[in-house]
Amino acid sequence: MKLNIKTGKVDMSHGSGGRASAKLISDLFMKHLNNEFLAKGNDSACFDVAGKRMVMSTDAHVISPLFFPGGDIGSLAVHGTVNDVAMSGARPLYLSASFILEEGFPLSDLERIVISMSNAAKAAGVSVICGDTKVVEKGKGDGVFISTTGVGVLPEGIDISGDLARPGDAILISGSIGDHGIAILSKRENLEFETTIESDSAALNDLVTEMIKAVPSIHCLRDPTRGGLATTLNEIALQSAVGMQLNEAAIPVKPQVAAACELLGLDPLYIANEGKLVAICATENADRLLAAMREHPLARDAAIIGQVVKDEHHLVQMQTRFGGQRMVDWLAGEQLPRIC
Amino acid sequence: MKYIDEFRDQQQAQAIANIIALEAKSDRHYRLMEFCGGHTHAIYRYGVQDLMPDNVEFVHGPGCPVCVLPVGRIDEAMQLAQEQGVILCTYGDMMRVPAGNRRSLMQAKADGADIRMVYSTQDALKIARDNPNQQIVFFAIGFETTTPPTGVAIKQARAEGLTNFSVFCNHVLTPAALGAILNAEPPVDIDALLGPSHVSTIIGSHPYEKFAQQYGKPIVIAGFEPLDVMQSVLMAIRLLNKDRSVVENEYSRAVTRDGNIKAQALVKEVFEIRENFEWRGLGLISNSALKIRPDFAEFDAEKRFTVSAQPVVDIKACECPAILRGQKKPLDCKLFGTVCTPENPMGSCMVSSEGACAAYWRYGRLRVVA
Repeated sequence: MKLNIKTGKVDMSHGSGGRASAKLISDLFMKHLNNEFLAKGNDSACFDVAGKRMVMSTDAHVISPLFFPGGDIGSLAVHGTVNDVAMSGARPLYLSASFILEEGFPLSDLERIVISMSNAAKAAGVSVICGDTKVVEKGKGDGVFISTTGVGVLPEGIDISGDLARPGDAILISGSIGDHGIAILSKRENLEFETTIESDSAALNDLVTEMIKAVPSIHCLRDPTRGGLATTLNEIALQSAVGMQLNEAAIPVKPQVAAACELLGLDPLYIANEGKLVAICATENADRLLAAMREHPLARDAAIIGQVVKDEHHLVQMQTRFGGQRMVDWLAGEQLPRIC
Repeated sequence: MKYIDEFRDQQQAQAIANIIALEAKSDRHYRLMEFCGGHTHAIYRYGVQDLMPDNVEFVHGPGCPVCVLPVGRIDEAMQLAQEQGVILCTYGDMMRVPAGNRRSLMQAKADGADIRMVYSTQDALKIARDNPNQQIVFFAIGFETTTPPTGVAIKQARAEGLTNFSVFCNHVLTPAALGAILNAEPPVDIDALLGPSHVSTIIGSHPYEKFAQQYGKPIVIAGFEPLDVMQSVLMAIRLLNKDRSVVENEYSRAVTRDGNIKAQALVKEVFEIRENFEWRGLGLISNSALKIRPDFAEFDAEKRFTVSAQPVVDIKACECPAILRGQKKPLDCKLFGTVCTPENPMGSCMVSSEGACAAYWRYGRLRVVA
């Protein structure tokens, strides 16, 4: 089904990161803006500048609540973009930041956000080198929106892209899934529940550097943010024209996250992460890559969770913990809690 | 996770699978209707079907409150949402269901209607307290499981003197749907039923006894964890092998024969039987739903506002109705996966989290292309 541009309207599912978002991108943005860089379908673009390979990526951040366990919109705006640049194997260097502020927003909160950005940028080894500020009337924004753009340099000999997964490759995850989404949900106004879960929001560029040292020939890297692990793997399966076979028992999920998902009728495979990455590499390198990841504090719980397979339908499938087989589809619409 | 992992244990599953394979007679076919969409989703999410012998078949039942709600009622909810000053509160499941002209509440929200997704009736009450100048309508749907919380909210609203809260009541009754399935013409080809368990925590297991006896079909009240489903299948097969048409209770950790007496009394106090209610797929069934008692009329959105949506005919090729009756399966529908997908649903079964088509699409599609 094509996007109905004539009479359709933007609804919340277009921002979910799932199939509706993908449709909006392919049928509207790509239709008018397409070029060789966008056509790659990655979260960043790589281009040559004066003989060097540069990488650029951008990310807009709208989140409610602005402050959450384990982070805030400021640190998230740095981590999100740093990670998108890092997933190409590049070393992120500089960020730009645009702020859309709502009339009436407390300056003390704004300062808290900017300090957090500053700390996150320092820790990730990047600098915010340009910015912009706009203010909209009260009611026309949600406190603060932040858009960041990042650039980085790609070392020689690195070729990492979502279209390079090959049948037989191993699929790795850097740690437990769903922490960020559940931490956010636990603080939503009408859903507060007690949990010790904190967002995993973190800059992954240092981890990527260590991973590339161990295995320079990594095929794909991607951070499973909106839409979760399931959607990220489906994106890569489609880009690379392959299928995937996962092993549910191998996918790390913290008990608190699993419990919250049970309660709300959600599937952790579709919950957002902000400090995790998926890596795909040739199977003979998988153990070396896994060992290198586990050496890093951000990937102590890394695991090999499945294998790339040949499949003309590009399905992601999973052997369930229970012993059966299921599909792992794209996120459809938004994940909505069930009735009973 | 305690009390969850135990019911998803692979070794136990294999052990039960082995017994089922041993006890299911090779010369007969077992058609078991799992009544609830929750069961259907457990079967596909965990791959329970893969652990069954070939002669044990699951037939999907009507137990999905979103799916059985006729399009006209959603249109009425949408009308309410478009009234000046109204905030419509709904459970998340309803948001994407296509109603008249295939518009959903999600689209009505994008068009400017104030529609809020709530997680419980208590959230709707809070919105009413926080917005005294607006009318809050709670879109109440569901089988007996969700009725008591609606009753609590109505009583609480009265106790607090909340004059801006009302309920658009669409609560339906499980035994009526079960009767309709067993009475269907042409008859639904099933041997036994896996009965609803969360509903039974409220109404108990005894309301099913007359059906088991009258129609000669064993009914096993089945929990929603995959091991519950497997154990229930085994119990149903044993009953069929012995030709015993009785009700057995697999979900004994939560269901008793008499159910939750206190909740039943509360429901009786606030609601009364609706003479007729239209069910998607099952048609007009008498005494199959609840409405708010005249004593609580001021909290009845159907009395406070005028709701009068035109009856809407389902999309012709959409097989949701036959699927809800257990007469067809999602893959028998020509629209499945072609024009009807979760992003572009033709019927509610494709978008509800308890819908059979949604279960096939999300978890079971690998069997289509295999």
